[in-house]
Amino acid sequence: MSATREVISSGNDLAAMAAVDAGCRFFGGYPITPSSEVMHTISDLLPKVGGAAIQMEDEIGGVAAAIGAGMSGVRTLTATSGPGISLKAENLGLAQMAEVPLVVINVMRGGPSTGLPTRVAQGDVAQAKNPSHGDYKSITLCAGNLAECYTETVRAFNLADRFMQPVFVLLDETIGHMHAKAIIPTEEAVKEGIVPRKTFDGAPEDYLPYGVEQDQPAVLNPMFKGYRYHFTGLHHDASGFPTEEIETCRKLIDRLFRKVEEHQGEIELNEEYMLDDAEILLIGYGSASLAIKEAVDVLRAEGVKVGMFRPITLWPSPEKRLHELGQKFDKILSVELNQGQYLEEIQRSMGRLDIAKLTKTNGRPFSPSDIIEKVKEL
Amino acid sequence: MAFNYDQYLRVNKMPTLWCWGCGDGVILKSFIRAVDKLGWNKDDVCVVSGIGCSGRFSSYVDFNTIHTTHGRTVAFATGVKLANPDKHVICVAGDGDGLAIGGNHTIHGCRRNIDMTLIIIQNFIYGLTNSQTSPTTPQGFWTVSQKAGNIDPTFDGCKLAEAAGASFVARENVTAPKKLEKVLYEAMKHKGFSYVEAVSNCHINLGRKNKMQSAMANLDWIDSITVSKKKYDKLSPEEQLNLLPTGILKQDTEVKEYCEMYEEIKKVHQGKRGKITQDDFAKKI
Repeated sequence: MSATREVISSGNDLAAMAAVDAGCRFFGGYPITPSSEVMHTISDLLPKVGGAAIQMEDEIGGVAAAIGAGMSGVRTLTATSGPGISLKAENLGLAQMAEVPLVVINVMRGGPSTGLPTRVAQGDVAQAKNPSHGDYKSITLCAGNLAECYTETVRAFNLADRFMQPVFVLLDETIGHMHAKAIIPTEEAVKEGIVPRKTFDGAPEDYLPYGVEQDQPAVLNPMFKGYRYHFTGLHHDASGFPTEEIETCRKLIDRLFRKVEEHQGEIELNEEYMLDDAEILLIGYGSASLAIKEAVDVLRAEGVKVGMFRPITLWPSPEKRLHELGQKFDKILSVELNQGQYLEEIQRSMGRLDIAKLTKTNGRPFSPSDIIEKVKEL
Repeated sequence: MAFNYDQYLRVNKMPTLWCWGCGDGVILKSFIRAVDKLGWNKDDVCVVSGIGCSGRFSSYVDFNTIHTTHGRTVAFATGVKLANPDKHVICVAGDGDGLAIGGNHTIHGCRRNIDMTLIIIQNFIYGLTNSQTSPTTPQGFWTVSQKAGNIDPTFDGCKLAEAAGASFVARENVTAPKKLEKVLYEAMKHKGFSYVEAVSNCHINLGRKNKMQSAMANLDWIDSITVSKKKYDKLSPEEQLNLLPTGILKQDTEVKEYCEMYEEIKKVHQGKRGKITQDDFAKKI
């Protein structure tokens, strides 16, 4: 257990703090409820440590500036909410294709469209899997409590540099605006855990940024250091230049999948709460899991044997573990602040459709009593 | 001795994607000569482009290069520059790329006066996608999306850049490569946002149905619609209506540059100076 500290803060502020502690030195964004506080806080923190934060002219510009900084070699962040992700989608695809590390915080609110800007939802979970057109493998983490707004943001930066691609951190309005005590790692502990992106230190003429093994990400050196190469959203060869050569094109997209799929163990993170002797399985994530956990405690006190499975990494999904749990449990309840977006993934992973669901899309968080009531109906 | 362009080119990417007789090659050469005159180290330069024929510009030059999404060139470049304020950042966009889909980023790049050069390759048409109307296509021209004749009014990118706050604005033609080289040199030397409209020909996709099927016919037309600023300023408004002025149209060295001002922000947060107030700026509203 690394050294910890106790802070009183909000989820959005903790995410901003975590970014800076994890070595982020650039932020590009645009105001949007309920994520704006991330920008407010980081615009104070970054210049203090020599970094820069810029409010761009629109959401697209926000992510573009962040990716531009990331291409140049610095750790970079953007933060937004669902409508902002919709606007940023095309450039997120460029970051997937050109393999540019970037952390994207999405503080989810009610949707679709303008929806319920100041109220909670978990409606962007499916969007996070494939925000942009085309084929790629998304990495999405989801904070389930205040401390995780910090720790998952730190983890996202390390994963972004490890896998050289955007990494989403999903918060939701409830957690983003929650203000309370949190126990988080010390700044020193975070610094010790930083794993910077790999670089190439051979002769520039031998440098092939995308010439890597099929299960590995690109090796992109920082700009302005003597390795002059090319970024493009076009299909490209090992050198990074556009190509339509059949086998090269096939291998590129294959690699974008395999670099994630074959190393899922480095990405997957779940919490299992009172599962060992449980007879009923509850599955949920994000702020919903706070209510689930309390419901588990109440039901356990009443003698009902329930437990919770909470994916912290939503994408790639913990499909093997979900499959095992699907074999073990007869009664399963999925709890989400949407109409069942992750339920589809649970059904797919478990290979069964008889999963009960508790959903809510009215902008209000779950109360433990909602869940207790539903469990008693099962 | 002949000028050695190869030292700045990725010669293994030649020939370019551009059509035979395209003016973009002239812009590429003028740009290279201007960079050479500036004496910049190739490692210190980043060239950012968008989508379209102009988008391929970045892949041909031996600098740090980024081929971004359609219209977003200046926004990506802003991230590169603000994270690396001591480096040289050049944007290349087309008239559709920089003035239609990317118009907002062009406006706000100019407004921030962030130190970079935006070269708009202005050929009055969407070339790569085969002759659709651009914001600079003259009214009455045939386009593939308005075969009856274009009714969409045009606008002047240089006037837009000037109004939006670019501290350097210039226009030059591919028919005058030496002048183009000179304005590019001045633009890149300038501290602040410099906007250069390089008027180029697209006899293939602009000219084919507008009676300019040859490069020469298209270039003659460009010469006929452009006039030096010096002459332009002496003309009546009626005479100016159908002409575009060339040369340096605006050069303001007093207005503050964005990255330099951001250094002041850093000082405030690091306790090295008091907050930024209106006293820091000449312009108060």
